[in-house]
Amino acid sequence: MASHYEAPIRKPLVTGDKTYHDVTVDVAAPVEGVANNQWWIVFGIALSALLWGVGCIIYTISTGIGTWGLNKTVGWAWDITNFVWWVGIGHAGTLISAVLLLFRQKWRMAINRSAEAMTIFSVIQAGLFPIIHMGRPWLAYWTLPIPNGFGSLWVNFNSPLLWDVFAISTYLSVSLVFWWTGLLPDFAMIRDRAVLPFQKKIYSLLSFGWSGRAKDWQRFEEVSLVLAGLATPLVLSVHTIVSFDFATSVIPGWHTTIFPPYFVAGAIFSGFAMVNTLLIIMRKVSNLENYITVQHIELMNIVIMITGSIVGVAYITELFIAWYSGVEYEQYAFLNRATGPYWWAYWSMMTCNVFSPQFMWFKKLRTSIMFSFIISIVVNIGMWFERFVIIVTSLHRDYLPSSWTMFSPTFVDIGIFIGTIGFFFVLFLLYARTFPVIAQAEVKTILKASGEKYKKLRDSKS
Amino acid sequence: MASNKTYWKNLAQLDTSDEAVKKLEHNEFVSKLPKDFLSDEKTLDESSTSRRDFLKYVGFSTAAATIAACEGPVIKSVPYVVQPEQIRPGIANYYATTIADGYDFASILIKTREGRPIKVESNKDAPTLGCANARVHASVLSLYDSLRLQGPKSNGEDISWDNFYLQTDSMLKALAASGKEIILLIPTLPSPTSQKIISDFIAVYPNVRPVVYDTISSDTALNAFEKYYGQRALADYNFSKARTIVSIDADFLGDWQGGGYEAGYASSRIPNGDHKKADMSQHFQFESNMSLTGANADYRIPCNPADQKNILAFIYDSLIGGNVRELSEELNPLAQKALTALTKSGTKGVLVSGIEDEVAQATVLAINTYLKSEAFNPESPKLIRQGNAKEVLTAFQAIEAGTVSGLISVGVNPVFSSSNGKELGEAIKNLEFSLSFTSKMDETASVSQFVAATPHYLESWGDYEFKPGHFSLAQPTIRPLFNTHQFQDVLLRLAGRNTKLYDQIKAYWNENILNLSSWSKALHDGYFSVESSQEFSKPSFSELNISELRKASSKGMSLVLYTKTGMGDGKQANNPWLQEFPDPITRVSWDNYLTVSLTDAEAIGLKNTNTANGALNGSYATIIVGGKTLKVPIIIQPGQAIGTVGLSFGYGKRMGLKDEMQTGVNAFELYQNFNKVQTVEISALDEEHEFACVQLHNTLMGRGDIIKETTLEIFNTKDKKYWNKMPQVSKNHIEFDVTSPEVDMWQEFDRSIGHHFNLSIDLNSCTGCGACVIACHAENNVPVVGKREVRKSRDMHWLRIDRYYSSADSFEKDNKTKEAISGIGDSLSIFGKMEQAAENPQVAFQPVMCQHCNHAPCETVCPVAATSHGRQGQNHMAYNRCIGTRYCANNCPYKVRRFNWFLYNKNDEFDYHMNNDLGRMVLNPDVVVRSRGVMEKCSMCIQMTQKTILDAKLEGREIKDSDWNCACSNACDTGAMVFGDLNDEKSKVAELHQGDRMYHLLESVGTKPNVMYQVKVRNTDEV
Repeated sequence: MASHYEAPIRKPLVTGDKTYHDVTVDVAAPVEGVANNQWWIVFGIALSALLWGVGCIIYTISTGIGTWGLNKTVGWAWDITNFVWWVGIGHAGTLISAVLLLFRQKWRMAINRSAEAMTIFSVIQAGLFPIIHMGRPWLAYWTLPIPNGFGSLWVNFNSPLLWDVFAISTYLSVSLVFWWTGLLPDFAMIRDRAVLPFQKKIYSLLSFGWSGRAKDWQRFEEVSLVLAGLATPLVLSVHTIVSFDFATSVIPGWHTTIFPPYFVAGAIFSGFAMVNTLLIIMRKVSNLENYITVQHIELMNIVIMITGSIVGVAYITELFIAWYSGVEYEQYAFLNRATGPYWWAYWSMMTCNVFSPQFMWFKKLRTSIMFSFIISIVVNIGMWFERFVIIVTSLHRDYLPSSWTMFSPTFVDIGIFIGTIGFFFVLFLLYARTFPVIAQAEVKTILKASGEKYKKLRDSKS
Repeated sequence: MASNKTYWKNLAQLDTSDEAVKKLEHNEFVSKLPKDFLSDEKTLDESSTSRRDFLKYVGFSTAAATIAACEGPVIKSVPYVVQPEQIRPGIANYYATTIADGYDFASILIKTREGRPIKVESNKDAPTLGCANARVHASVLSLYDSLRLQGPKSNGEDISWDNFYLQTDSMLKALAASGKEIILLIPTLPSPTSQKIISDFIAVYPNVRPVVYDTISSDTALNAFEKYYGQRALADYNFSKARTIVSIDADFLGDWQGGGYEAGYASSRIPNGDHKKADMSQHFQFESNMSLTGANADYRIPCNPADQKNILAFIYDSLIGGNVRELSEELNPLAQKALTALTKSGTKGVLVSGIEDEVAQATVLAINTYLKSEAFNPESPKLIRQGNAKEVLTAFQAIEAGTVSGLISVGVNPVFSSSNGKELGEAIKNLEFSLSFTSKMDETASVSQFVAATPHYLESWGDYEFKPGHFSLAQPTIRPLFNTHQFQDVLLRLAGRNTKLYDQIKAYWNENILNLSSWSKALHDGYFSVESSQEFSKPSFSELNISELRKASSKGMSLVLYTKTGMGDGKQANNPWLQEFPDPITRVSWDNYLTVSLTDAEAIGLKNTNTANGALNGSYATIIVGGKTLKVPIIIQPGQAIGTVGLSFGYGKRMGLKDEMQTGVNAFELYQNFNKVQTVEISALDEEHEFACVQLHNTLMGRGDIIKETTLEIFNTKDKKYWNKMPQVSKNHIEFDVTSPEVDMWQEFDRSIGHHFNLSIDLNSCTGCGACVIACHAENNVPVVGKREVRKSRDMHWLRIDRYYSSADSFEKDNKTKEAISGIGDSLSIFGKMEQAAENPQVAFQPVMCQHCNHAPCETVCPVAATSHGRQGQNHMAYNRCIGTRYCANNCPYKVRRFNWFLYNKNDEFDYHMNNDLGRMVLNPDVVVRSRGVMEKCSMCIQMTQKTILDAKLEGREIKDSDWNCACSNACDTGAMVFGDLNDEKSKVAELHQGDRMYHLLESVGTKPNVMYQVKVRNTDEV
């Protein structure tokens, strides 16, 4: 691959006059250096948020789900909203590392490591919610089809919640393996550079004894390809199955066949936005501007714009189908979404998810770092609202008007959500200080073809 | 210590004098520890206790102390030494008894388990008042009230009964000797034996004067009846014989004149007769507050109290002759219509009224007599209201003036329930002698010298005569839980009679009532009837002068006091079931409130709002009645007559109640001169009250397929397809019924063998009384969650009665409005308007519980299969398998599933009956108490159907249709709920299933429920 010729008109993927050694040094720098104050401050905030969340979770589990704002009509709200939101965010990683690998998109190399880290960390957050939202979470293992002594009791394979269990656990394990495989040569690099014996010991454990032989590299390439092939259907399946939680129900606003593609598009949309949020900060803090370039950000913005528009089409299709169905409950559900008591949630969603990404049609805006950052935050807010809208506004007014009510969160609902954000950032910040945040081995493969230094060298020769 | 061993370090040590050795030893080895820190070195040395022994002792004593500190669980169950023959574990015993607390009267059956009364059932065999309302159903919980008095008191101190008798006896004797008057304040007590005991008591103490005190008076009706029929009683009505019912402010489905009319009424409401010629009664209701009765009427005309009198006069004048005074333009057409209907039905017409005016009540008697109404029974009057307002007021004045010296109050609480309670309370304190018979430390008891703790009615003997010749017996169903004596026993003893109430009743009955019939049988049945031999002379109403009624006009705002279905007169205010029982009309629990019409509310500046979680808030208003000021929260009540406001009795009690139960305001303070209509001034306050309302959306939004209804005319003239259309679904461009197997995605259950349970609910005969709601609560150990949680929409009722208001004049119009919506702009504005109820809406009730769908949406989504389908049609819920994902509840189109958000039993946060040993005695041992984190819902009382099956099996017989029952269908006195086996072709429910009026709730969703509804038919002209 390294020998592939890249046209001069293409912008180099690695800017700055980087040599192989420079790449190594740049990637190893955050790991080998000492954390600065800013890192500690951010880490401290994230850790406090996490602890606050842990407190709220302990309170919930010890006292009951009644500590949340749910009621007889709205049985899910922030819990499942957060769950779907985090799962959605977790989609970008696999898409970037697996799908883009299969499509030979080399720009993924600078971002896939962090994107996948983000995936794993957010799936961990997502996985929390189905467990803690249970009335009796200590019995969560009953959702697993394990042989038991309860008689002939078995899980209910008809239930989408059970499919979720399989989908999420498969996704998490495949992503983890994929991520780790990619990390092996990079861990080995840090191991080889390590001076302290303890550090050396740890990184040699983490690198699974990577020796850098040709055979290692060959197996590495093969495994990557196989895993990419395995992971690609997962990108589609996970959120499809999550959407089945709603699509297979009978509740107007949930019972919708468009949900699988709509959810997948939404997931990629929010995942890319989150990648943007994280990397825009990281490239600055860890001095990686030469690897994660404006070009990378622009490409991600384009994906955001396209998926955002797909989501927009889905929203409008939903409205159209509700009208076209002629089912009064369906029609009212969607009318109520847009104009009922939760209109603000619907229009927040519409503004953030459909309108705001349209700015990315302008090159000036999509190459603006600051603007990209703002939009990435806006999109994630919008996607949270999308799930809230689907879950809460469908439930709060369904068939029988006698049961109609409203939902409002308690401090525990909010605390747990903040806690997961804290947990996510704690993990990500630790990752940023201990893991090679760029797949340097992979980047090195394109350095000769797409590195600014070598491209210039080549162009000046010819 | 005990060890005397010496360890030699070297041989030289043998010579103790060797200095070198000593020195060496001193330098090289550690010297022994000084032992002087222990008291006595010598004892220590001589002790035989070795180090090992010491450790053994320490170990043993620590272990012993530890074990002793652990308290083993104390299981407070003591086996019988001699097993009673009747009590078999696991098998319920039923006893017939009677509730007669001065307000609620009913013949009932009590279900006891292992000696504990746990449930009230109607005694359906009883010819009179064999119907139990919600309060009667809940009364079993009041037996286990932890705040009940546990023994007699004197000046607030506990004393023994012996002491009590000693002291009261001497005081009574002293008072009798000096001839000072004592008032014996009793509630309506239509009890022959008790009356005899009282008269015997008075014979001994002639200074005692009995006064009958109804806290909520029917005085005017009693006076009118007494005037014309010579007996202090109330005419009885049999609405089942009526074709036209005109009610002027008579809430006869509520507590009007003692209630108990719903069964007769409901039977006239079901369209029956030949097909296409079906008939049912037509019901006109003129009233101020929206009552349960008004909600069931075909025509409901809101009007103020003065208008009501005018209408009564108008009908009287038009019928019997007189100067007909024209009514106002709004009232005239409907009054005319009622009049025409009344005339047309001839003897099948009846008019009732709740106007508190003697002339008005006499007019009612005159009209019914004139009509020769078949529904009107003055020959067999009801004796369940006896109170004499004038006597009571005189007595109260005498107490306050100090002209009487003593007061004995029996089961009444005048300090709470009279308009000048505070002054009365002070006056009672100053009396020479005051004695209160009560089961709670209530307001009157707390100012009385002596408090005699009385047992609950389920621990008591009693006999009653509801109507002349209609007798009823009360028997204890459990040994008194506390050291209590019935007031009759106390009077007997104070009168020096060495006998017990039981002996008295038995003797009296054998002598005067039974006429050689079996006492045991009467006791077993709970009732006994003899032909009443009373003769009435036909009264003449010729001298009736109703000019006063004609002239009545309203001045200012009228306050109309009423009673709520759940709380009645407030005797059971400490009953959490009743506090949590949502009012059938407003659906508000844990409160009373001022009901105000929208027009008046806007004029005064009062409003209802919903907070972010939907909870209902209402403005506070200050109301001033005759110089008394109260601060009350308001509810805007559709159907409230403009110019009137309503406020219910029974709330605002503060003594003898747990903190949580101290809800609402005391309307008795405004009940001046026993007049339920008072002139009132209202002003808005800038404060809001937090309500706990279980239904936050009031209208049906034009969703006519939820409550299907039609008019009698259409029902008789049009095909079923017109008024009870099955929803269609298209497959390959062919329309199929949604129930058709052609369009079914699921495999049908095989229903050909075994039972297939179905429940039918007739929307025509359901009055919304809520007896089923309480019965379900009691049968199924449904937890009480308290006001705070209800406010968060977390009520646990398995069975609820939805109440809808139309947003146009009628539901039919709502449906048409919705169908006519075209375009987005229209939908936005029209749906918005449809959320508001009309000023005088139609009302519909719909009991909703788990529909036990054959294709249940909840069953497919549970990841652990905790909810699954039964062979007999039920949708089961395995609580101990539930992990609490709540997915089933979300996916339930009927929203009948209830989640245990917290631990509701043995939790101080929920200090209701399930938080104390006494209260938990009411729990039904056949139904598990759910833990936190699990979903629960209606099981179609599977414990009852299983019992029926097993009993039949043991007895080796086939099951009769009448054997099947659910708690709700059992409690339904109107017969609106019919439960049975669909596979039994001869069963009632199978017949109903085939009926034209049958439909399923949300049929179009395809859930195929096992609960069916019968289309509501209104006897109105087509809109």
